[in-house]
Amino acid sequence: MTDPLSLTGAQAADAIKAGEISAAELFDFYRDRAAGDKLGIYLWVADSPGVASGTPLAGVPLAVKDLFCIEGVPSTAASRILEGYRPPYTATSVRRLVESGAAVLGKTNMDEFAMGSSNENSGYGPVRNPWDTDRVPGGSSGGSAAAVAAGVAPWAIGTDTGGSIRQPAALCGVVGLKPTYGTVSRYGMIAFASSLDQCGPLTRDVTDAALLYRHMIGRDTCDSTSLEHPESIALPTAEGLDGITFGVPPELTSDGIEAGVRDVFEQTLRRVEELGGNLEEVALPHSGHGLAAYYVLAPAEASANLARYDGVRYGSRAGNGDLVSMYEQTRHDGFGAEVKRRIMLGTYALSSGYYEAYYGRAQRVRTKIADDFRAAFERVDMILTPTSPTVAFRLGERTDDPLSMYMSDALTVPMSLAGIPAISIPGGLSDGLPVGVQIAAPAFGENRILDAAHALERAIGFEGVPRDG
Amino acid sequence: MIGREQVLHVAKLARLRLDDHEVEAMSRELSSILDHVEKIGELDLDDVEPTSHVVSLENVLRPDDPRDSWPRERMLERAPDAGDDGFRVPTPGR
Repeated sequence: MTDPLSLTGAQAADAIKAGEISAAELFDFYRDRAAGDKLGIYLWVADSPGVASGTPLAGVPLAVKDLFCIEGVPSTAASRILEGYRPPYTATSVRRLVESGAAVLGKTNMDEFAMGSSNENSGYGPVRNPWDTDRVPGGSSGGSAAAVAAGVAPWAIGTDTGGSIRQPAALCGVVGLKPTYGTVSRYGMIAFASSLDQCGPLTRDVTDAALLYRHMIGRDTCDSTSLEHPESIALPTAEGLDGITFGVPPELTSDGIEAGVRDVFEQTLRRVEELGGNLEEVALPHSGHGLAAYYVLAPAEASANLARYDGVRYGSRAGNGDLVSMYEQTRHDGFGAEVKRRIMLGTYALSSGYYEAYYGRAQRVRTKIADDFRAAFERVDMILTPTSPTVAFRLGERTDDPLSMYMSDALTVPMSLAGIPAISIPGGLSDGLPVGVQIAAPAFGENRILDAAHALERAIGFEGVPRDG
Repeated sequence: MIGREQVLHVAKLARLRLDDHEVEAMSRELSSILDHVEKIGELDLDDVEPTSHVVSLENVLRPDDPRDSWPRERMLERAPDAGDDGFRVPTPGR
C-alpha cells in the first residue's frame, strides 16, 4: 500500500478514487496522527469523518482553524471566553468544502481571535514549529501551518487579516494562499477585522492550494461583502514564466530583512530569470506605512467586533455585581493580554477627539497603498517579496515587546490593506529553517499567481522535511 | 504618552476591567505602539479619499418576504443564564 503520508491532498483524493486506499483508512490514519500530536496543534480532533466522502475531494481529511464555526463542534477562536462554545451553524467556506467531499479532521490552535504572529497568544497554549520545537510556527494560523508541515493533516484552512496565512506558511515551509478579499464568504468565521479578514488554504503544494480554493469561492447571501470570482479556478500547469514581469519593490525587499532570508530571496529572483521571467524594480512608496495604518484599522474594527463577548448570549460569564460589572469582569477573565491590548488600542483610536488623527488618517493611508499597487500593476504582472523578514523565532523571544511581534507582518500587511491576493511558497532553507517567498497580483489574479507559483515550486524543488515531523 | 487616567478611561469605554499591573503595562505598551503608528502623521493626505472597504460595496437588497429565523430555544441553549424565554442578566443598577 502507498504510504498515506507521502501523498498531497490532491494525490490522496486520486488514490481514493482509484481504490488504492479507502477514505475511511485515510481518515483513521490522520486521526491517529492528530490524536498523537505533541506540538499543541489541535484543540479538537474528530472521532469520525462525518458525512463527507463525496467527490471531488473524495473524503480527504481537512484541518480547520478554530476560528471557523462548525455546527456542534467546539469553536473557540482559541479564546477562553468561548470555552465550550458549540455553534448552531457552520461557516459557509467549511460547508462548501464538506459538500465537495472534505472530511473535517479537527480544529487547529491559533492566536486568540487571530491576533498574533507566533501562536503564543492562544488561550490554550502555544504551538511548536515542527522544524524546531523551540521555535514558533508563526501566526495566527500557526496550528494549521504546523499541521501540514508535520504531516498531522494532509491540508488545512486558515484565515489571514494581515498575514495570518502567509507568515505561518513561510515559517513552517508550506504553501499559504490569501485570496482576493470577498471571494470566499466570511459567514461563520469568528470576526476579527471585517474589512480585512479572508480565509484560504494552507497546503503542501500549490496544486493543493488551487484545489481547495476552487471549492471555497463564491457569493454567499449570508455575507454581503462576498462576490462571485470572475474566473473558475484551474489547477496550475505552468512550468515556465515566459513573458511574465515580476516587480521587486525595494521598500519590501531590503530594510529589516535578515541576511538568510535575503539570500533565499535573491536565489528565487535568479530562478525567475532562468524560467524566462523578467524582473523590474517597482516602487510601493507608501508600503512602509502599511504596518502603522494596519495597527489602527485592525484593532479599531476588532474593538467593535469583540463588543459581542459580554457574557449575555453565549460564552463564559463572570462577576456577581450589576450588569456593567458583569460585562467588565467577564471580559477581564475571558480575554488574553494581546486581545485586551488591541481592544484598548482600537477603542482609543475610535474615541472622541482621536478618531480623525488615527482612524481617518489610517483609512487614507490605505487608499495610498492600494493606489501604489494599482500603479505598479500598470507596469508589472506580479510582485515578488519575501513573506516574512525573518525565519521562525524562538518561543518567548518577542512576547515582551508587542511592536517587535507586529513587525513580523511588515511584508504581508500591504497586500491585505489593498485587498489583493498573495501566496507564500517555500523558497529554501536558512540555517535549516524555511524561508517563504510571496507573490502578489491584482484582485482576482489567483489563476496567474497559482500558475507562477507552480512553475517556481517545480524549479525550487523544496524537499525539506521537518526534524520533528 | 498614554497615562494611567487615560488607560482607565479607555478601559471603561471598552467595558474591560484591568488589574493594576495591567494598567501599568497597557500605559507603556500603548504608548510605544502609538509612537510607531504616529508615523502616518508625516504623510500629506489632504486630498486623499478614505478607504473603508476594498470591495466597492452596493446595497444588497432582497424581497421583504417573511421567513423563519432561528428557533428561540436553540439560541437560548448557549446562554450563560436563560429564563422566561430570554437572556437573563444582572440588574442594570441605578
